[in-house]
Amino acid sequence: MPGASVFTQQFEVRGRDFANAGRASTAVKEILKEIGVPPATVRRAAIAAYEAEMNVVLYARRGTLELQVSPAEIRLHVWDEGDGIPDIELAMQEGYSTASEEIREMGFGAGMGLPNIRKNADEFRIESVVGQGTELDIRIRL
Amino acid sequence: MTLDEIRRILNCEVLNGDENLNEEVTSGCGADLMSDVLAFARPGTLLLTGLTNVQAVRTADVADIKAIVFVRGKVPDRETVELAKAKGIPLLATRLTMFEACGRLYAAGLRGENESEAAQDAGGVRLHSTV
Repeated sequence: MPGASVFTQQFEVRGRDFANAGRASTAVKEILKEIGVPPATVRRAAIAAYEAEMNVVLYARRGTLELQVSPAEIRLHVWDEGDGIPDIELAMQEGYSTASEEIREMGFGAGMGLPNIRKNADEFRIESVVGQGTELDIRIRL
Repeated sequence: MTLDEIRRILNCEVLNGDENLNEEVTSGCGADLMSDVLAFARPGTLLLTGLTNVQAVRTADVADIKAIVFVRGKVPDRETVELAKAKGIPLLATRLTMFEACGRLYAAGLRGENESEAAQDAGGVRLHSTV
């Protein structure tokens, strides 16, 4: 366990709520900036949070994004209730997407979401149960 | 290249950030898919996009994009402009197509992510306009 959490905040994310999509991530960014996290690290965390949040909005019924900051790391813990991902290995491939035309019109569904999260994380774990939901554990070292 | 030069070159209408037109962008990125922007754009870049919904501004905020040019004569709704105001992100709009807008900026000396990166990797100066 890499240090006690000094800050925790949870954000509720609703599926299909396009008007508010991204609000949690911009709040995460503001918080990290205020705490004094270096800008490049803030950007990595914000991008990972945004992709994770959009995944909930686009594909799940509802979800929670939890930000934890300790002296050692930033943790983004995201879990949702939704259809889940049948083949995670496939979903992790750049360019693979099951997005509908509607999602693509929103500017998403390029098949870059999960790869983007992995790229910006120091540690990334994903678990999914079909018919139940998906859980992401994203860690960025400070 | 300053935002005011970009405004002039692309004959843009300024939707937000009149007072920020002296600010500089270091590179350009043209995309309608926001995940591509999140994957490839560097901080301080100019985003050219045909996506006019609120996610374009959220993406710009998250990825430290300096300013947005909406292409093909598309303009965002009021909510999107309000969010850009709140986040301090200048918005411009041009009637030019994506290809034409990118081409004109490239011809004027603005470069894309790859070339900027290659120049940096090679230890050279970043290839942006010195005009």
